[in-house]
Amino acid sequence: MKKIRLMEVCGTHTMAIARSGLKRLLPDEIELISGPGCPVCVTPQEAIDRGMKLAGISGVIMTTFGDMIRVPGSGGSLDDIKKDGADIRVVYSCLDALDIAERNPSRKVVFMGVGFETTSPTAAATVLEAKRRKVDNFFILSNFKVIFPALEAIARSKKARVDGFICPGHVSVITGSVPYERFAEKHKKPCVITGFGDDDILDGIRRLVVLVRSGSSSVEIGYDRAVKKRGNIRARHILESVFRTVDSEWRGLGKIKKSGLKLKNEYASFDGEKEFKVKVPRSLLPEGCACGEIIQGILSPRECRLFGKGCTPRKPVGPCMVSSEGTCAAYYKYGRRK
Amino acid sequence: MCLAVPARVESLGKGYAYVDFGGVRKKISLGVLNGVKKGDHVLVHAGFAIGKVGRAEAEDTLKVLQDLKDAVREDL
Amino acid sequence: MKKTVTLSHGNGGRLMHELIETLRVKFSNRILDEMADAAELDVKSGKIAFSTDSYVVKPLFFPGGDIGKLAVCGTVNDVSMKGAKPLFISLALIIEEGLQFSVLEKIARSIRKTAREAGVKIVTGDVKVVEKGAADGIFINTSGIGVIDGKMKRIGSKARKGDAIVINGGIAEHGMAILNAREGLGFESAIKSDCRNLDLEAERCLKSSKNISVMRDPTRGGLATALNEIASSSRLGIEICEKDIPVKPSVRNLCDVLGLDPLYVANEGKFVCFVAGADAEKVKKAIGPRARIIGRVTSSHKKEVHLKTKVGSSRILPVLESDQLPRIC
Repeated sequence: MKKIRLMEVCGTHTMAIARSGLKRLLPDEIELISGPGCPVCVTPQEAIDRGMKLAGISGVIMTTFGDMIRVPGSGGSLDDIKKDGADIRVVYSCLDALDIAERNPSRKVVFMGVGFETTSPTAAATVLEAKRRKVDNFFILSNFKVIFPALEAIARSKKARVDGFICPGHVSVITGSVPYERFAEKHKKPCVITGFGDDDILDGIRRLVVLVRSGSSSVEIGYDRAVKKRGNIRARHILESVFRTVDSEWRGLGKIKKSGLKLKNEYASFDGEKEFKVKVPRSLLPEGCACGEIIQGILSPRECRLFGKGCTPRKPVGPCMVSSEGTCAAYYKYGRRK
Repeated sequence: MCLAVPARVESLGKGYAYVDFGGVRKKISLGVLNGVKKGDHVLVHAGFAIGKVGRAEAEDTLKVLQDLKDAVREDL
Repeated sequence: MKKTVTLSHGNGGRLMHELIETLRVKFSNRILDEMADAAELDVKSGKIAFSTDSYVVKPLFFPGGDIGKLAVCGTVNDVSMKGAKPLFISLALIIEEGLQFSVLEKIARSIRKTAREAGVKIVTGDVKVVEKGAADGIFINTSGIGVIDGKMKRIGSKARKGDAIVINGGIAEHGMAILNAREGLGFESAIKSDCRNLDLEAERCLKSSKNISVMRDPTRGGLATALNEIASSSRLGIEICEKDIPVKPSVRNLCDVLGLDPLYVANEGKFVCFVAGADAEKVKKAIGPRARIIGRVTSSHKKEVHLKTKVGSSRILPVLESDQLPRIC
């Protein structure tokens, strides 16, 4: 019996599934594989290095979500230089970073922006708010990405072999279901937009299995209490007015066309990359690190030769291990011992 | 990538709202969401309301699992 | 009278003696009042439980308590967990120069109140003052002594197969109260630290059953860490049920918003009691209305803690690898 391979696009799903032990309840015919929807995991090393260089500049306050603080760059993480005295602050919201900028007019406050379509609109709204409040010491280092081009890359790849996609519920609150419809039709793969409770996930998998077994390539909104077909138009409008789409580097996947976001020229005064011109070394994937294959669902963490040996949460080699949503972190934390 | 939590809108201000997550209150931005009223339930992500959300229906987990197993084994 | 503590208050001179005298009067008892270099204690012969802990919490004052209350409770509780009645405490203060006397006064009053509640005497102490930046306002160390009842069965660190695990109430309150107070995250809630003396609850526990093997208060690292320690030293497995673990709704909701797992968040007024299965209900009733039976000890998956999840599956509950940080992803 051929296995039904379903991709959990979103890191939040990977973690929720691991935490609830759901896999053990599923029939053997279903194989769940991880996807690229972990913003921390796909942030290239260069981006971390740039953030660290900026954080080291005198007078700079570097603000970031908690997720980023332990991700390794080419020489340590933000947490490491924090211990050495760099002013690095964990924030819950991009707006908190703006408040810090207002309260510290003599300092330059940089926000390390990481995330997908759920998060990037909040950064866009913050830039508009910064402009309104006339704050001139607030900057964004944008590493925001768009998930659909990565899904395209995976659907096109022969190695990935995905039968259906468990799609991220909260990204979809913003995007609506229309982008998935184009994707599903083009690649002939069904998609179910799924929420994050245990029941939501089981329901999403059930729907997806039915679609796969019937050879359908439809899109279903399983998470219909939160996701509407048209999504959040205002959020997308704000996003499009502040950011433009660029080609961007995905750790482990390489360069993907029109998959990243940078600030538009009219908001250049908020662009951290333009304000601080720093040089960082070219990213190199560490020897033996299989994060790239893991986020495409080609390999499972246990198939990486560094897993649990050279690469652990305490001493991570790749971001999949240190990210709170990383596939390797989930496997290591919840499933390494049989 | 998607940590968003439901909350009830308690009061509104210009561009912001005070919401209750259930014993935990916070001021959040309405910068990316239109049409929010007092009493609405919204999903909050990184300090912003990103969308409205309805009540989760309780499902019989065992039934869902059984349906899943049946769907897998169903002959085409 | 000066407004703030200065380095001179720690140099052995007149100012230091004035400060110590102020504290002595506050904590006065026959033993302390002797002011000898060491306290002379009258202890019945037998086994003594002895524990020490240092307190470096920031902020000094938080919903539900302060560093002074914590410093007494923490040591009272460690001694109580051994099945001993806490009697005497030492108190060492390391004060950062510049600390307001009004703040020190408040902390000292809190120490006195908490010690009185537990019936413990502060019998010896020390004061040091360090230069600005070398401490966070104040660091406190307390060591405590209690007497173990010789007739009672020994409480150790090894659980037994078939033991049930009883907890006295909801988890993660202290850690979340501190996090909210410290990080300025802007969440308003009624979440208070659960910091309190557990000596009476521990005593009720011991009176209700002769078959208690371990008692432990899960502080830093949360319940998950404490259970892993016990599973490891007992060389046995532990199984707990997610749906049976008590968590106040507001605590759970704040954890959800910040992406934190309550099982790894610190407690300061909770303890788990490992008791023979047959006595579990008795012990639960004796502890109080918030107590719950959360799991049991097994000979399977030795040294591991497994969690039966709400959805009916099971997974490992590992040791905390590194600090949980608020996250968005």
